[in-house]
Parts: sequence; C-alpha cells; structure tokens
Amino acid sequence: MTTIVCPTPLTDIARVQLGHGSGGKLSAALVRERFLPHFDNPILAQLGDAAIVEVAGQQLAMSTDTFVVQPLEFPGGNIGSLAVHGTVNDLAMMGARPEWMSAAFVLEEGLPLDVLDRIVQAMAEAARAANVLLVTGDTKVVERGKADGVFINTTGLGKRWPDFAPGPTRAQPGDAVIVSGPIGRHGIAIMSAREGIAFDTELRSDSAALTPLVELLRSRVGDAVHTLRDPTRGGVASALNEIAAASRIGVELDEAVLPVPAPVAAACEMLGFDPLYVANEGVLVAFVAEHQAGAAVQALQRHALGRAATRIGRCVRDHAGLVVLKTGVGGHRVVDMLPGDQLPRIC
Amino acid sequence: MCLGIPGRIVEVRQSEGLPMGVVDFGGVRREVCLSYVADEIKVGDYAIVHVGFAISKVDEAEAKRTFDVLREMSQLDELEWLKDLAP
Amino acid sequence: MKYLSEYRDPAMARALVTEIRRSATRRWVLMEVCGGQTHTIVKQGLDELLGESIEMVHGPGCPVCVTPLEQIDKALALAARPDVIFTSFGDMLRVPGSDCDLLQIRARGGAVRIVYSPLDALELARKNPDKQVVFFAVGFETTAPANAMAVWRARELGVENFSVLVSHVTVPPAMTALLEAPDNRVQGFLAAGHVCTIMGWTEYEPIAAKYRVPIVVTGFEPLDILEGMLLAVRQLEAGRHEVENQYVRAVRRDGNQPAQDLVTRVFELVDRNWRGIGPIPRSGLGIREEFAEFDAERRFALDQIRTAEPTMCRAGDVLRGVLKPFDCPAFGALCTPEHPLGAPMVSSEGACAAYYNYGRFRAGSAV
Repeated sequence: MTTIVCPTPLTDIARVQLGHGSGGKLSAALVRERFLPHFDNPILAQLGDAAIVEVAGQQLAMSTDTFVVQPLEFPGGNIGSLAVHGTVNDLAMMGARPEWMSAAFVLEEGLPLDVLDRIVQAMAEAARAANVLLVTGDTKVVERGKADGVFINTTGLGKRWPDFAPGPTRAQPGDAVIVSGPIGRHGIAIMSAREGIAFDTELRSDSAALTPLVELLRSRVGDAVHTLRDPTRGGVASALNEIAAASRIGVELDEAVLPVPAPVAAACEMLGFDPLYVANEGVLVAFVAEHQAGAAVQALQRHALGRAATRIGRCVRDHAGLVVLKTGVGGHRVVDMLPGDQLPRIC
Repeated sequence: MCLGIPGRIVEVRQSEGLPMGVVDFGGVRREVCLSYVADEIKVGDYAIVHVGFAISKVDEAEAKRTFDVLREMSQLDELEWLKDLAP
Repeated sequence: MKYLSEYRDPAMARALVTEIRRSATRRWVLMEVCGGQTHTIVKQGLDELLGESIEMVHGPGCPVCVTPLEQIDKALALAARPDVIFTSFGDMLRVPGSDCDLLQIRARGGAVRIVYSPLDALELARKNPDKQVVFFAVGFETTAPANAMAVWRARELGVENFSVLVSHVTVPPAMTALLEAPDNRVQGFLAAGHVCTIMGWTEYEPIAAKYRVPIVVTGFEPLDILEGMLLAVRQLEAGRHEVENQYVRAVRRDGNQPAQDLVTRVFELVDRNWRGIGPIPRSGLGIREEFAEFDAERRFALDQIRTAEPTMCRAGDVLRGVLKPFDCPAFGALCTPEHPLGAPMVSSEGACAAYYNYGRFRAGSAV
C-alpha cells in the first residue's frame, strides 16, 4: 500500500504567530532562541515568575507582565483587576510580599472613557485589597486598530520574606504537588464571553491575588515549600512541565482527583479542550516536601481562596522532565506542553 | 470527525424557518440546530450534538438496557475477584 | 454529564478489559477508524490497560491527516486574499500545505477565523456583506449534513457573499483501500460511531462479507470502545464477520434520513486524492451543479495552485537510523519498526502528541 504520509506541523516559521504567546512550546522556543542569547545573565537565566535581585542585603523580587486580554470586561473582572492580580501573583510565587507596582497603558484611539473608568476603578480596588501601591505610571495612545482597546504593562516589586525562597529549580523527588483551588475557570470564562456560550450559573474568572495563600503556607510549613507557580496561560499542564524541566524531576498526576468544576468540565467537553491546559488566574500550584504536604493543604483550606485545595500528584526521580497522568480508567498518558494555543476540535 | 456530545434539549423554537433549540450540556447551554431531529424530539429529550447540530436522539431505553448489562458483568467480575481473594 | 460520564467508570472499564483478555485466545489486530476514538484510547491509556491482548492499529479517521493536500493549498490561497474572511474548524489551522499553514497566513495578515458551527460562518457572512466569507467544509460523513445545511440556508436566505471550500471524504472507500492492501494486518474494525449516526451501517455489510472482517459500530467513551473491542474479539473467536452495533444509544441501522437527504441534495460523490494514499474513486463529496454558486472552487479562480508533495515519510528516516523510533511521530500506529508506513494520526497536540510521548515514556528516555 502507498505510505500514508504524516503531515507533521511546520516548525520552521519566519514570523510571529499567535501561538508564540500561548505559554506553550512555541513561547518557550521564542524566549530561548530569540531573547536569551542577547540578554544572558544569571538572574534572567533563573526564568522564575519574578527575578530576584539583591539590594543592601535585602532580596527583592521584580516581575513584569503585559495584559492583552479580550474581551476587556468579563465575568469576574476586567483587564484592570487582572493586571493587579497577575503582577502580585508573580511576586508572591517567588516568596516575596508585593508592595509596589507600575502600570503603563497603551490606549486605542476611540476607547470609550467610561470603559477606561471601570478598568481603572477595578485596578484601584484590586490594589487596595492586595495592599499594593501603584507608584508610577505611563499612558500612550495609538491609532484606531492598533491596540484592541487597552494593553496594560506592569512591573511589580516586593521584598522577599526571609528563609522562604521557592523557585522553579527547587522541586525534589518525593515532593507533593498541591493545587490551591478548582482549575480552568478563567480560560473558560473568557472563552464563553467570546463565543456566546451561556452557563446555568454564570462561570466567573477566578482572578485573585494569591498573597494570602502564600503567607499561610510560609507561616505553616515555611521552607518545606520548594516551588510555587501560578498556572496562567497554558494551564496547570504547562506550569508543571516547566518546573519538571527546570528541576529535572518527573511529575505524576492523578486524574481522578483533579478539581475541575462541572461547568468547566462541560465546556471543555463541548469544545474538545483539556482542562489541564486552560488558563487560571486565582490558583497556585505548590511543590511541598512530602512530610509537610498534609499541613500545607490544611493551611490553604483555611482561606476562602484555598477551600478546594488538594493534592494532585507527586514528584519522582523517573522520567525527568515529563509529566505523566494516571487516567480516570487507570491507564497512563504523558501530559506534554502544547506547541501553541489549544484549538477547539471537531475530531 | 466525531466530537459529538450528548445534551438535554431545554428549548425548541423556530429561527427564520429553521428549527433551532437550546441544549444543556451538564450546565453549559448553547444554541443548536434541531433540523435533523425535529420530528423525533421534544423538550427534555437528549440528543448527540456535533458542530452545533443535533444529529441523533439518544435512545434512553436502549442506553439503560445495555448499560445495565455492562454493570452486571462488572459486578460479576468483582465477585470473582473477591472469591479469588477468599482463603 | 449524563450519557457521557457514566461511560468512564473505572470499575466497569476494568471488567471489560478482563473480559477481553479472557475471550481472546490470541492477539487480534483491530483498527478504530475514527480520530475521536483514537483520542480516547490515547487520552485514557486504554491500550496500556489492554496490554498484549489486542494490537490496536490507529485508522485514518482524522481531518489533519486525510484532507487532500491540494484542498489545503486552495484554502491557503483563499485565506490570503484581502477580500476574504476564511473560516474553519480549529483542527485545520495547523495542517501544513505545500508551503505553510493557516496560522501563518493569519500571521501574514489574512483574515482567518475559527468557528464552531458552519452556521456561525454563514452568520459572519450576513454581518460582513462587504467581504467574501469562505467556510472550509471538511470532515467525514458526520459533518456533511451540517455543511450541507449551511449551503442550503445560504441559498434560502440569499446570502451571496458566502461560499464553501469542500473537502469531505467518506469512510467506506478508505476501509476498502486498507483492506485491499496486500500487507494489511487488520482483522476487525471499530466503525466510526458518529459517522454511522448519519449513514447507518448498511454500507458496511458488503465490506464485512467480502473481506470477512467483523465491523462493530462503536462510540467514543472508554466503555464504548472497550465494549466494541470485546464484541469484535468475540466475533473473531467465533469465526463470525458481521456488522454489529455497540453504540445503540445513538445509532440506528438506517441512520438519519433527513440528514442523508440534504447531503444528497447538496453534494455528490467525487473522486478524491487522499493525502499520502493517493486517489480513491468516489470517496469524496463535491458540491452539485445546482449549488455551484456556493462552491468556492468555482467562485474563485484556484487553477494556479501548485501542489508539491512534502518530503518522504519519516519511516525512511527510521530505517536509515536518522530518527529513533520513539521520536518518529509514526511510531506505534500503522507504522512499526517491522512494518514502516507513515502514521495516519498526526497532530502535535492532544491525543497524538500524547501517544508519541507515551512511546517516549515507555522507552524510558528523559527529556
């Protein structure tokens, strides 16, 4: 029989694609091949959620992020509140208490000012609730069609707590993998707002500042927390893959205990999505030394944001760099990083 | 080419002459074209939906019958395993 | 979710696996035709549960693999036009043509949009009267009724700026081609459940009889697939070769008549050039003369398309030792180191990537 030829996807690309921004393999390749070679320094090379710099003996965490979400306003927040939460969370994941942030706005000509007002109000509320000061800002305006309404770029700064230094390279075989809450809410909330899918009870983004959860973990189990990450774009799967690679350990997950809310599961079935790849904005993943795992989960559950905290897996010495899932029926599959965005499928 | 999901029909209407409806998939609702099942379905029935079209009414009686057979078989298996374990 | 979640029960899955192992006196070779079924097998790790009792060969039931190369190239040409909004199902965006894919066309400025239903594409056309909206109508028979309806409605509502680029293929000719191959090892089939929801199963009866293979119409959840396999194994053990229906909750023998009627009204059987397989006569659907105005191929001049078959199958690389088996995307499907062929299932995401990576995992190699 004539051979059936595999149409393997093209990887030799000369232009930026949307997939480069999805937090998957293309994103990682872009950073590795186009940026790192030019900015090579030991601080950047850590590639954590935030950079750790030292000033007069005090470690500081510094993070940066740009928010381009569409639609600008969605159930559970808007681009403004998202900007604060995302910035705060990047710092908290590196063991720092977020204190100051900047915000630079790129506004599209024609953006209604009442939309801008709602965005800024939400930002202010989120910053107040997170005890973060917006200390410097910038505004630019670009022509109609060049900015999707609003883009917001932020920088966050915070002091690292003493004796608490979670980082992407510190996960160890034997560590428990814990997730602080139900997964997949933000991505599905956004997708439904965009695609006109309605829910019985409205599904809201989980966008939230995670500092209280990090403080609880620190006070309860301290340095037993080896790694923290907020699984935003690319979902829990991408975050775990990055840490598995950085720490050179394998990760085993148990599908039966993944906390996926029913509306998220249903929407994923409809679209052919896997909840493990859907973005979250109010959830953290923690790698905690085994003997303190129970205490860590209990600590998280004491806070409203962490009520549904649960252990979802563990780190192993085998298959370093690979995340393996034990499936609902008892088989196994590898949960790899996607090349780009998850595409809705009909097949 | 086969992502078809079962959902419950919660609303039936006409849209510019085309039979349309709202289907509930475990709490998520979407508009679906009911043209190909219009004669067979009513609100409360289940249908398989593919790319926004209901392509088949779920035969609930058949589903129950065959599922019960499967369940019985798996319970028998459980009993056998237990027998194997007994001293 | 009712009629979905209960078909994932782990205890019942284990029971079915036990029954399959008990019933099989030798290692039968089965093929599941549909990409959705392959997805479940890989996603749930069913092949691992079955172990050595059954050899699963994954069939060509995936749009990524079988959409003819020239249709992809036509899609790319249309999407690149400034007057066109090109709409498609998500799966198709990463399929490579002779030279690039739809995502790259979008990167270069083409208007490419994902839709969930062909009716959404029609709506888009109504909302954008100054643009030409083209819908990439791909799929097997499952999707043909939806695509036919979009064309039918376009005519009914007088939507003149809407057209479809058709790339439908049908299952029975593909199965026959596989069975005709001298080195075919497949002994039984799990037929595509949702295709049969539309078409029924009567067209499989002559195939089962002629080639003496059991064909079980099977659903998509783990219990469906395992039950389908069990029924196939029982037939093989008994020397039977019939068409049987596992997916009773959704499939009737004659299928969905209104759907078949509209498909026959709008489409006709045409010859298709299957990617990697070559031409199979009367294996595809094309738009009838009556609806020619909605056929993108007739509306736009697409004769200048030059199709260049991509480089040879990776199996050659495996044989030459350039590629390790578990690095080759073809590993473990139709292609094994003993019988190297191209894989019918390729996509670098989802089920297929998981499968290939599972091969990596089993081989014990790290990243």
